Amino acid sequence: METTTENKSLKKYKYGMVIDLDKCNGCGVCSIACAVENNVPPAQAKANKRNGISLLNMHTVSNNEQFPKNESAFIPIFCQQCEQETPCMTVCPQNAVDIDPTTGIVGQVPQRCLGCRYCMTACPYHARYFNWWDPEWTEGMKQQLNPDVAPRMRGVVEKCNFCHGRLHAAKQKAAANGSREIDTADYIPACVESCPNKAITFGDLNDEPTEAAQLSKNKDTFRFLSRLGTEPKVYYHSEKKWVHEMAEKSLTRSLQEEIHG
Amino acid sequence: MKSKIIVPSGILFGLFLGWYAFPFALYKNNEQPMQFSHQCAECHAAPLGESESEKLLVETYITPNKEIPWLVYSRQPDNAFFSHAPHVTLGEMKCENCHGGHGTSEALRTYQENRISGYSRDIWGASISGISSNTWEGMKMDRCVRCHGDNGRRDGCVACHK
Ligand code: HEC
Ligand code: HEC
Repeated sequence: METTTENKSLKKYKYGMVIDLDKCNGCGVCSIACAVENNVPPAQAKANKRNGISLLNMHTVSNNEQFPKNESAFIPIFCQQCEQETPCMTVCPQNAVDIDPTTGIVGQVPQRCLGCRYCMTACPYHARYFNWWDPEWTEGMKQQLNPDVAPRMRGVVEKCNFCHGRLHAAKQKAAANGSREIDTADYIPACVESCPNKAITFGDLNDEPTEAAQLSKNKDTFRFLSRLGTEPKVYYHSEKKWVHEMAEKSLTRSLQEEIHG
Repeated sequence: MKSKIIVPSGILFGLFLGWYAFPFALYKNNEQPMQFSHQCAECHAAPLGESESEKLLVETYITPNKEIPWLVYSRQPDNAFFSHAPHVTLGEMKCENCHGGHGTSEALRTYQENRISGYSRDIWGASISGISSNTWEGMKMDRCVRCHGDNGRRDGCVACHK
């Protein structure tokens, strides 16, 4: 068995992305592309910001200065794919959340989820959403459902998984051609593909020559709440100092508390 | 005295319920929309329009250009992702490994639908105990994961789930 383990050991990927906040104008196309790709149903009449589902949520922040010094920025927030001590995975009593060892993608099996919402409480980014209703589609929308993503039912939690269905498709295509390595052009998440300003760069962070790997090491690149030590794989880039400061802002706590809860 | 007879007959009745009556009640028998033999030679040698199935095929499906509503024995739940490409092309696995002798069968088996889950009996396997030495009998998640483990793979849930 040892030899087969050697033979079959796959290349390790670490998918991640860098979002250039200086390029983002908050148009929200990424958010729509995300919902369409991932079969997120139209919001119920009763749904509001707290109980609706927006796997990719657009936030607006401002530097709180008076005109003419005021500036604002738009920040797309979704699952930050924490690499270390992944909070949602650690707390899940069902083992419904795990990190794929070959891709680094934090995956979730909603059918395994019991709906306790512990992961939503644990997530420092509020990037998880609970299905308060069964999905309802109009007849026309049913025809447009994406067969690569299973719809979720009432009572389970869901989140972004870097459009994993697209990775399945890319792997399937590669395998049919006898290859275990995908063509990078075949795997691009919906938000990245749809952005009209090309503000999001996606790729393998382990692979030095990729643009995403290079950008993630840029001096103006940062991560939200990086002091928590969860090593997210979603990076943000801005040349504005106030944006960097805002990224670490929360209630004042000691460093000890931040790392060890 | 009496209880000595009652106890074993209770067990026997329980065994009958569990091993015969329950599986019998659990599965609904559905026939395929038409019959078909996998032994190609025989199929092509038959003259056009002679067999009942051939007439049905032309009149009901080919002429009105309709898809044949086959009942797929190996259909997995919607949230499971399976692809033949990695197994057949990369893994060089034989069809029989998972499908048994289907390729040489002369007639299509009755499709047994689980009344509770709606899936085919082939997913659990014909044996109610779940124990079988045939590699093609049953394809529950533990089968997939066990073979992947034997082949030195360590997958995350999303490798097979969507
Ligand atoms: C008899 C062994 C065996 C069984 C049973 C099996 N697989 Fe596989 N599977 C493999 C092997 C071997 C590979 C890797 C092929 C390679 O790369 O050489 C593989 C690869 C895969 C891949 C591609 C993974 C990737 O990341 O590239 C998927 C998806 C998959 N299997 C799903 C399933 C599912 C779902 C089932 C159960 C319905 C299943 N497999 C049952 C042997 C098996
Ligand atoms: C090698 C492929 C494979 C892997 C890896 C895998 N599964 Fe599965 N899983 C399947 C298949 C195929 C089925 C459907 C057959 C069955 O019901 O057993 C399934 C079914 C399930 C079901 C039942 C769904 C239903 O609709 O009844 C749950 C829950 C589940 N898996 C959770 C998980 C979790 C959690 C993980 C990760 C720890 C995981 N699976 C990893 C292949 C896989």
